[in-house]
Amino acid sequence: MSSALVNLILQATLDTLYMVAISGVISTLVGLPLGVLLYATRPRQILAQPVLNQVLSIITNVGRSIPFIILMVAIIPFTRMLVGTSIGINAASVPLTIAAIPFVARLIEGALNEVSPGLVESAQSMGATPWQIICKVLVPEARGGIITGLTITLVTLVSYSAMAGAVGGGGLGDLGIRYGYNRFNPTIMLITVVILVVMVQVFQSVGDYLVRKSDRK
Amino acid sequence: MIELSNVSKTYGSGESAVHALKDVNLRVPKGTIHGVIGLSGAGKSTLIRCVNLLERPTQGSVTVDGQEMTRLSGSALNQARHRIGMIFQHFNLLTTRNVYDNVALPLELMGEKRSVIKERVLPLLEMVGLADKAQQYPAQLSGGQKQRVAIARALASKPNVLLCDEATSALDPQTTGSILELLRDINQQLGITILLITHEMEVVKSICYRVSLISNGALVEDAEVGDFFTAPVTQLGREFLNDFLQLTPPKELLERLEAAPGPATHPVVRLTFSGDAVSTPLISRLARDCNVDVSILQAKVESIQDRTLGLMIAELLGSEAQTREAMDYLQSHQLQVEVLGHVQRTS
Ligand SMILES: Nc1ncnc2c1ncn2[C@@H]1O[C@H](COP(=O)(O)OP(=O)(O)OP(=O)(O)O)[C@@H](O)[C@H]1O
Ligand SMILES: [Mg+2]
Repeated sequence: MSSALVNLILQATLDTLYMVAISGVISTLVGLPLGVLLYATRPRQILAQPVLNQVLSIITNVGRSIPFIILMVAIIPFTRMLVGTSIGINAASVPLTIAAIPFVARLIEGALNEVSPGLVESAQSMGATPWQIICKVLVPEARGGIITGLTITLVTLVSYSAMAGAVGGGGLGDLGIRYGYNRFNPTIMLITVVILVVMVQVFQSVGDYLVRKSDRK
Repeated sequence: MIELSNVSKTYGSGESAVHALKDVNLRVPKGTIHGVIGLSGAGKSTLIRCVNLLERPTQGSVTVDGQEMTRLSGSALNQARHRIGMIFQHFNLLTTRNVYDNVALPLELMGEKRSVIKERVLPLLEMVGLADKAQQYPAQLSGGQKQRVAIARALASKPNVLLCDEATSALDPQTTGSILELLRDINQQLGITILLITHEMEVVKSICYRVSLISNGALVEDAEVGDFFTAPVTQLGREFLNDFLQLTPPKELLERLEAAPGPATHPVVRLTFSGDAVSTPLISRLARDCNVDVSILQAKVESIQDRTLGLMIAELLGSEAQTREAMDYLQSHQLQVEVLGHVQRTS
């Protein structure tokens, strides 16, 4: 294999990692608080706000039900406004992030839901404020579930980034389509797939390890 | 110290409304241990949760340490809750914190400094006998140990009041005993007022001064423990007592028991006696004065705090007139006589 090709593969791998990292970090930063809010504003919860909860829930559901490929195209104007272009890895990171936020939020909400209500209650009996309950009880107690959720998100982002790449975003998906499919180079196709598989494996193993380490049950 | 006046709590509204508490009045004086006993679903948890406003009463007032709780909200309520500790049936320890950090939690919530926390937590762990387990996680502890941690945690903020919601219901009898002993020590050494709810008479007997009986959301009895165990006023109270004493007639006798007296039957009675009656030789007097022989089928003596309680199931052997006279005689000597039924004379 020529060194140019090796460079190409290396660059594509880094591009994929970049997209996954950017969208993973930002969607966590937004999705975590959103997930906490989705949980805490439920009726009879510590910040019970049934109306707000309904609104957030509907927005989240809408976000999750739009097919990624359509979302990508639909928000092109927004992407342009944000990063100045609609192609390349920065542009691809925008729809990836937007798609991942409601995904993360629901997974976080689900993780918090696994925390025994008795723990919240005992914190309340100690005079904890809602903010203290979130920071000192809910999130720490749900950390295993939260890490699991974030691992799922990263793995999903790897495959979505390949999709984003295919429509001009760069990264391994782009490489696979352009060289592997259009120019019919099965070796390149195979290599990109193998790298993607390895990437997913690594994320999953690290995630599992962290979950195990955080588990005190 | 704790006073509930005309407290009602209704869940839901309209047709599906559940009246969990109905016009409850309860006074727990400073430094005492008060028990509330009742069957499942009677409203015990709702009652105790109304004290620290985990549940807001629909009506009525709740005062703790002179402070009207129902008027508080937000940070004032949180401040008041620092003075009220609570422990639960399922311990509710944070699984991701070790023993030390669990006990430290209420102090962290109050914004105490690390050094202050340390000075407070270590003696508490010492007191509950878990100083050597400070670095362990709840999953590594037994049920009794978990409840000890929960007790230490509840005491961390130096409360005047401790609420116990079925604190021993998930524990075996022996562990229950040791937890109750710990609670009694806490009451006596620290002067903390304890309100506990339970469905076990054993718990009431072991540590309470007074007890209230709750049934369908209403307090139907409120008495000193000695009185409650010797002379419960309500049918439900008697059922609790009989269950506790496990003094039910043998099965073989129950099968022979007839509701109405016949021409040739003897009454079978349950006698409950306390106080002086325990030490009076009543049975021999029955034989002498009334000409009635007593065939004892079951008997038991329990000491409840400073009282002695005697129980007996016996067959009274004599003619109808004689046995009636015997029962009157017993009643005149402060015995409770309950006729369980009648059996055919065998001899
Ligand atoms: N949040 C709630 N919403 C509606 N009904 C409730 C709620 N909490 C309790 N109840 C009802 O109120 C009644 C009293 O419940 P509570 O939990 O106080 O009983 P309990 O005496 O503690 O029973 P147990 O011994 O089973 O714990 C029950 O009929 C219960 O179904
Ligand atoms: Mg209960």
